[in-house]
Amino acid sequence: MAAEMEPPPLGDAGQTDFREIEDGEGFFVSTVTILESPEPSSPDPPSMPAEGISTNGPKQEDISLDDDPEDLFAEATEEVSLDSPEREPILSDGPSPAITPVTPTAMLTPRMGLGTAEMFERSLDELEEDESGDTFDMHIAVSDPEKVGTFNTTSMTIFSKNETTVRRRFSDFLGLHSKLASRYLHIGYIVPPAPEKSIVGMTKVKVGKEDLSSAEFVEKRRSALERYLMRTVKHPILLKDPDVMMFLESSELPRAVSTQALSGAGILRMVNKAADAVNKMTIKMNESDAWFEEKHQQFENLDLQLRKLHASVECLVCHRKELSVNTASFAKSAAMLGNSEDHTALSRALSQLAEVEEKIDQLHQDQAYADFYLFSELLGDYVRLITAVKGVFDHRMKTWSKWQDTQLLLQKKREAESKLQFANKPDKLQQAQDEIKELEGKVQQGEKDFELISKTIRKEVSRFEKERVKDFKVVIIKYLESLVQTQQQVQHIWVWIPIGSVVGE
Amino acid sequence: MEGEPSPRSGACFHQGSFPRAVNVDLQTDATLQVDISDALSERDKVKFTVHTKSTLPNFKQNEFSVVRQHEEFIWLHDSFVENEEYAGYIIPPAPPRPDFDASREKLQKLGEGEGSMTKEEFTKMKQELEAEYLAIFKKTVAMHEVFLCRVAAHPVLRKDMNFHVFLEYNQDLSVRGKNKREKMEDFFKNVVKSADGVLVAGVKDVDDFFEHEKTFLLEYHNRVKDASSKSDRMIRSHKSAADDINRIASTLYTLGTQDSTDVCKFFLKVSELFEKTRKIEARVAADEDLKLADLLKYYLRESQAAKDLLYRRGRALVDYENANKALDKARAKNKDVLQAETSQQVCCQKFEKISESAKQELIDFKTRRVAAFRKNLVELAELELKHAKGNLQLLQSCVGVLKGDT
Repeated sequence: MAAEMEPPPLGDAGQTDFREIEDGEGFFVSTVTILESPEPSSPDPPSMPAEGISTNGPKQEDISLDDDPEDLFAEATEEVSLDSPEREPILSDGPSPAITPVTPTAMLTPRMGLGTAEMFERSLDELEEDESGDTFDMHIAVSDPEKVGTFNTTSMTIFSKNETTVRRRFSDFLGLHSKLASRYLHIGYIVPPAPEKSIVGMTKVKVGKEDLSSAEFVEKRRSALERYLMRTVKHPILLKDPDVMMFLESSELPRAVSTQALSGAGILRMVNKAADAVNKMTIKMNESDAWFEEKHQQFENLDLQLRKLHASVECLVCHRKELSVNTASFAKSAAMLGNSEDHTALSRALSQLAEVEEKIDQLHQDQAYADFYLFSELLGDYVRLITAVKGVFDHRMKTWSKWQDTQLLLQKKREAESKLQFANKPDKLQQAQDEIKELEGKVQQGEKDFELISKTIRKEVSRFEKERVKDFKVVIIKYLESLVQTQQQVQHIWVWIPIGSVVGE
Repeated sequence: MEGEPSPRSGACFHQGSFPRAVNVDLQTDATLQVDISDALSERDKVKFTVHTKSTLPNFKQNEFSVVRQHEEFIWLHDSFVENEEYAGYIIPPAPPRPDFDASREKLQKLGEGEGSMTKEEFTKMKQELEAEYLAIFKKTVAMHEVFLCRVAAHPVLRKDMNFHVFLEYNQDLSVRGKNKREKMEDFFKNVVKSADGVLVAGVKDVDDFFEHEKTFLLEYHNRVKDASSKSDRMIRSHKSAADDINRIASTLYTLGTQDSTDVCKFFLKVSELFEKTRKIEARVAADEDLKLADLLKYYLRESQAAKDLLYRRGRALVDYENANKALDKARAKNKDVLQAETSQQVCCQKFEKISESAKQELIDFKTRRVAAFRKNLVELAELELKHAKGNLQLLQSCVGVLKGDT
């Protein structure tokens, strides 16, 4: 699987050197390569971009970069390794564009099982939208596990070194997400959700099944992790989070043990989620702000439609794969028929038909991958993202509810206090007045919190929508281009008949 | 006697005036032209209007039509098969029974699920299913027509009395379908026949031509069967994929109308694009079905008919050899010699008659086959190219528009 990544080739796809992992998770340490290049105007921080992506094998010809094709990663063929010395050659090669087109989602990985690092590049235009005003490109590449259980993460930052590669396990990613979620979700930031665990998939890989499906699983996961990290670092607030920095840079991370699916912590999480859902139903909020009402409804609709679309696209992927298999088997059958045909010219024609169908079958397979990686995965990501968005809206409701509850409590205390005034119990009165002061403070805080979260959400939603629009536009165009390519190939393939002369008579 | 039918020239088939008869090139002939001019699908049967134009004196008029049902075609076919006179010919394979069950089921399911989908989706799916129904209908008409045309083109079969009755008698032929008992009888007859067929096939033929044909046909038949079923599966997957694209197009449309951002234009455009490409994909599948799957299915049936011919000849050969042995025995014992002699004569004549016509029939079969494959493969390639081009244009123009927008 990761054979091509490493300078010392670790053998091919049949890599079965599984590490025994106790926590049952984190089979993959992902290599996250984050490339940041300073401002466009800056001279020469070496073509880091070009290199970081060096994890690309030569087959990465599919990266279709819209602008500036020549100064890109596409050509990088060097390996990224964990040792710093090796970073040097990488860093010194190639052109040094600071502007790189965006490829937010993994580009086609034509042949399964040979996942190669993907590059994410951010265009300069995007940088300008950064609220923080920083302008740096971040590149993340997650390369394939060299040993099952680890991914290599390479990141480049302007702060510390130019490029860092660290090994991370899958559970580390989940741990990062859970930290970010607990820190930022409740104040209104949309934290990108991490890829989901899959017990079945994991078990298959662990058990050493080397078939196509486990290779696919690895590739799917690798690509999902890459997209996850990219989204996380695109968020200006999250990027500055120390945990994110640590994740990207420090060589050792404390194990994130509370991310196991079936652990105690996992169960606790599930219980909490259920409790939240119940609470949500009982909070009836007086929405004073029409914007929120409208947006909430919009996201509900979007969620519904995206889920539907996702399901249809998954169906399509499945059927195309089936079509590919059936075409291959028909090709074989046609070849056999050609063999038995005793009219020589017709026999030849049938053999050619068989060849044609074989090529078509390969084409269908490739298209199915494109369907999946470009379209289906994007939709899946957005379905999860919208869940996060809805979660943020819910948090706002909770904040409001807390504020209201505190206000009610204050009211009650005030009433009690006025009653006490007549009861002539000075110490109780004092206590009541102290409590009231405290509660007044809390109410003010509650109001501030609510306003803050509302403001944050507005910003976040607007940023989210911009991202969404961009993501979809880019992906749609990419997907259509893949379809174009397929049709062009179909044309080439079917032009095999010099009409009439093959089955001549 | 009358203007005898034109010579059967194996090589100069030309496109008939039957655009629907795609699997066989048939010589058309002014003395007898048959086609199915109309067809009506009623609840569980199809009524074909068989239209004949003929200059032959046997018919009362020069042009006439009758209405026939599937069972009557089968009756005609069986009468050929059972006729000893025709033992030496490849009997044109009977058309398959019209099968609308699957399509009807789908239409029914659609009706039941009407409440669960939007009005547009419902109308769209209904249109598609109706188109599918129509396609199946057209196919079954074509297959029945091909059968009749083959018979009409065959110099001997076209003179058959039953055939003329079939064409001309404008009352119901009162041919009922086989009842259960008869079907069981048929089943057993087939079992016996296959067993016998194996025995007969085991007898080595002195004649190289026939020996070669035997081995060839056996293998060819099996492989055509395999190819036919695989091509069916492939085409079905293709259709499913096209259906998925249809659903995707609908959902994209909804997304587009709901979305308030820039990207709604994208959704709408792509939805429109997918509607069109889906139609093309569906047509690709339909064309593959017509040009490839149907071709293979037809030659599956024809190769079976050819095998049947070889079987009949083999049977006659065995009978002939047995008669020879019997004659020798009778001569040795000098008992019933005359009887044995006549019986041997009969067997010999039968065998030679069959052999002679069989040879020509098999040669014609090959010619027809090669021509049909050539025609269909070429047309298939042309259609695939045409559709790919169409698809490409749509996709490229859409990409152009979308890129221009960003």
